[in-house]
Amino acid sequence: MDVAVIGAGVVGALIARELSRYELDVCLLEKADDVAMGTSKANSAIIHAGFDCQPGSVMAKMNVRGNAMMDQLTRELSVPFKRNGSMVLAFNEEDVRTLETLLDRGVKNGVPGVRIVSGDQAREMEPNISGDAVAALVAPSGGIICPYELTIAAAGNAMDNGVRLHTGFEVTDAEFSDGVWTLTSAAGDRVQANYIVNAAGLFSDQVAALMGDDGYHVFPRRGEYLLLDRDQGKMVSHTIFQCPSAMGKGILVTPTVDGNLLLGPTSENREDREDTATTAEGLATVARLASKSVPSVNLRAVITSFTGLRSCSSGHDFIIEPSKKRPQLVEITGIESPGLSSAPAIAEYAVSLLKEMGLALHAKADFNPIRRPIPRFREMNIEQRRALIEEDARFGQIICRCETVTEGEIVRALHQNPPAHDLDGVKRRTRTGMGRCNGGFCTPQAVEIIARELGIPIEQVTKCGGESRLLVGKTKEGGLDA
Amino acid sequence: MREISAEMERELVIIGGGPAGLAAAIAAAENGVAVDDILILEREPELGGILLQCIHSGFGLHRFGEELTGPEYAARYAKKVVEMGIPALLSTMVLTLHQMEDGRKEITAVSSAHGLIRIKARAVVLAMGCRERGRGALNIPGTRPAGIYTAGAAQKFVNIKGFMPGRQVVILGSGDIGLIMARRMTLEGAKVEVVAELMPYSGGLSRNIQQCLRDFNIPLLLSHTITQIHGKERVTGVTISQVDEKRRPIPGTEQYFDCDTVLLSCGLIPENELTRQAGIPLDPVTGGAVVGENRETEMPGVFAAGNVLHVHDLVDFVSAEAELAGAGAARWLAEGDSQELKLPVHPEGVIRYVVPQTVFLPAKEDVRLFFRVGQVVEKAAVLVENDGKVLYKGVRPKLLPGEMESVTIKAEALAEIESGQLTVRLEKR
Ligand SMILES: Cc1cc2nc3c(=O)[nH]c(=O)nc-3n(C[C@H](O)[C@H](O)[C@H](O)COP(=O)(O)OP(=O)(O)OC[C@H]3O[C@@H](n4cnc5c(N)ncnc54)[C@H](O)[C@@H]3O)c2cc1C
Ligand SMILES: Cc1cc2nc3c(=O)[nH]c(=O)nc-3n(C[C@H](O)[C@H](O)[C@H](O)COP(=O)(O)OP(=O)(O)OC[C@H]3O[C@@H](n4cnc5c(N)ncnc54)[C@H](O)[C@@H]3O)c2cc1C
Repeated sequence: MDVAVIGAGVVGALIARELSRYELDVCLLEKADDVAMGTSKANSAIIHAGFDCQPGSVMAKMNVRGNAMMDQLTRELSVPFKRNGSMVLAFNEEDVRTLETLLDRGVKNGVPGVRIVSGDQAREMEPNISGDAVAALVAPSGGIICPYELTIAAAGNAMDNGVRLHTGFEVTDAEFSDGVWTLTSAAGDRVQANYIVNAAGLFSDQVAALMGDDGYHVFPRRGEYLLLDRDQGKMVSHTIFQCPSAMGKGILVTPTVDGNLLLGPTSENREDREDTATTAEGLATVARLASKSVPSVNLRAVITSFTGLRSCSSGHDFIIEPSKKRPQLVEITGIESPGLSSAPAIAEYAVSLLKEMGLALHAKADFNPIRRPIPRFREMNIEQRRALIEEDARFGQIICRCETVTEGEIVRALHQNPPAHDLDGVKRRTRTGMGRCNGGFCTPQAVEIIARELGIPIEQVTKCGGESRLLVGKTKEGGLDA
Repeated sequence: MREISAEMERELVIIGGGPAGLAAAIAAAENGVAVDDILILEREPELGGILLQCIHSGFGLHRFGEELTGPEYAARYAKKVVEMGIPALLSTMVLTLHQMEDGRKEITAVSSAHGLIRIKARAVVLAMGCRERGRGALNIPGTRPAGIYTAGAAQKFVNIKGFMPGRQVVILGSGDIGLIMARRMTLEGAKVEVVAELMPYSGGLSRNIQQCLRDFNIPLLLSHTITQIHGKERVTGVTISQVDEKRRPIPGTEQYFDCDTVLLSCGLIPENELTRQAGIPLDPVTGGAVVGENRETEMPGVFAAGNVLHVHDLVDFVSAEAELAGAGAARWLAEGDSQELKLPVHPEGVIRYVVPQTVFLPAKEDVRLFFRVGQVVEKAAVLVENDGKVLYKGVRPKLLPGEMESVTIKAEALAEIESGQLTVRLEKR
């Protein structure tokens, strides 16, 4: 291999795609069963405008550049992205001063169109926000995206262009000799590469350490969310923030690209890097603070809750640099929010670092930046639907009734790059089971399709890899294999 | 059968081929709608609805005076539909429902066999059934491992697919499906540790508590709920806490139960996406459309029956209600709207809702009002009044939230009413 990228979050996936533009052997190593299983799966899904970052920081540069790159990137990858604009509410004098600081930073960071409006003007734009808001900062370049879809699409497009994805590859050992890195997985598999990019997110410090560079420390900061039904999705059109604090950007209320309403996150430092359980207190805090921004939000319309873990560094800035201790290694760490927004710029920058470090980049003549998406039956008009079913009758079979997902889409999710291996993988690619019934109706059918397409017994189908099997065996007289 | 094409016209389209849809179709045909003018659209490959997975017996006691299994009960109606020659499109899911400018309804549906079809119908019966409340709606904190199912999904795995979702089970909620699954899983060799119910009473039928829990020594913890789910990949256990009168967990009452499976049986929600899409007004309490005694919704020509209208415990009542809707649709197709006065029906006090929500006058027949109470009530009289005048009074020894009640108002009593509303209330004895 020329390059091995460790970690298939949004950063690693976009780096792999960036590298796939060139005549290089590249692999993407991911410990989980699928891409986007870390922080890139559970976050606020905002493409931040960039007014929150300290001027001059790496973060500010990456955020504003990443934001500007999103239109073309999402068009090429067919990922839903919408510039719905961001709005930060001020409820008192102190908040108003914060808005002024943000405006000043925004201008310095080169954020287009950022401005402060009065409370009434804000309510004219967003009738459902609180009557207590006295002013608001508006940034039209803020956007919303589906973060795991971006990651899946980037990894898929990278694979279409020759990158090899190894899921279930947890790097546990690394050795450098004769100018080549050898990475060993927990299962004992080996990969050799000239250059390594460490994009292991929350675990980037540990991965750096096992490669002999112990100069980093990442600590997790939990954020809990509530996701509401589509009937609440039009409550606001902008992403509504409260004033940021040292702990984060505050509780936001935002529509999602899928038309739901998202509330959160909390912000809490914890030691455990894998604890994504939600808590009663956390969810209550989200509900309380979100109502402060949008009092009429119907909290009974919750369809799910989840927790994300930010990977923070003590310097509160992104670190993207050649390792100071080890050769042929790029370290990417401390990618907290706005890491999603910045990811395309981080990828571009990381590749430029590799070039400076000696990696030869020759453009690939047949690089195809366009990804063929899984058709979305739900979003098509009658004629498009008719044509699709004509082509493949499996698109006429609805499996998930809440989200109108067809068998054809599920089959595609199981075969198209990067292929799903489990129920959650299918869910993230197609929205099967993501609706208001939480998969009550479609899980049995979806499990059958997965078993059939992967050629495995039904009992071996998992929710998310590992020991997460969905069924434990046959009934006394049952058990027809699909 | 008339030809199926991409663009069709029909007098009556029935959405959903469960017990409600089937009974409505039969009643419509028996009341004069030509069978070729009717079309049943059913999402599943078979007629029968949720009954197909209810392989236990206990269906049809009221209707047929005998105990049938769910599939047997469904088969009686499905057979009749076939014998009468009423056409049904299976594996066909309705995607949209809209009223057109000329008052007809446009329905789009999709299937592998026929692709996307568009039907213009004069009348429609909504019979889409209901769905179960899932984990998200319950907002249970904790991890998100495999092994959490709604009781109905587990029922489908066990009864239809022949697979066990787990071996050591905790059930949240004492709705009927959960109770039935407690017994089913036990019979299949699984250990059901406990059933936890948030409310101080069970939401299920008394007979199911006896036959599915007590007979198997499965403990039922009332006023308890799951406060945490444990396990990274597969469920490893749950924490259950007692709750106070406001249903808040009481600190210090936590108990831990080992389990690999959590089944949720926390209520059913009428499946009214299409209804909402069409702009038909819903009753916030039932979650179903607002209807008159013929089960016509507020949109002329659209009728609703069965679990899509309000959640029933017994399928016998579903069939009876659907017959009203089917006959109502037939009459509407022949005569249009004929009533002169629409009398609203109001539940009072502990009565949560009454279906129908309106009664049309002059009444041609006796009217049966169905209702549920919001708490357990011992010995009370049910009163139906108009302007202080008592139209019905009857004593019940006990009323339970889990069991639907009904009263019948005589047509003669209704004939005297000129205005106002009907109120339904309880009087403690
Ligand atoms: C609560 C919250 C809200 C946020 N909101 C926003 C927002 O609105 N906008 C925004 O721009 N950003 C936001 N962020 C930040 C953003 O989500 C992250 O910056 C971004 O997802 C980081 O991506 P990543 O690829 O670096 O990390 P990850 O997605 O965590 O990817 C790292 C990958 O490495 C894998 N890995 C780890 N160790 C190993 C190993 N040893 N071997 C192989 N693979 C390994 C992991 O499994 C994982 O898949 C938010 C973050 C959180 C937590
Ligand atoms: C587990 C369980 C146990 C029960 N136990 C008993 C019992 O012991 N005794 C008893 O008497 N009753 C029992 N019942 C109640 C009884 O089964 C139900 O009340 C009855 O099935 C409801 O009939 P329905 O036609 O309204 O709904 P359903 O049976 O749910 O039928 C609705 C039909 O509509 C279809 N549909 C929905 N949406 C669409 C669409 N968009 N396009 C096309 N088709 C659609 C569905 O596929 C389904 O077939 C039980 C119910 C359950 C779920």
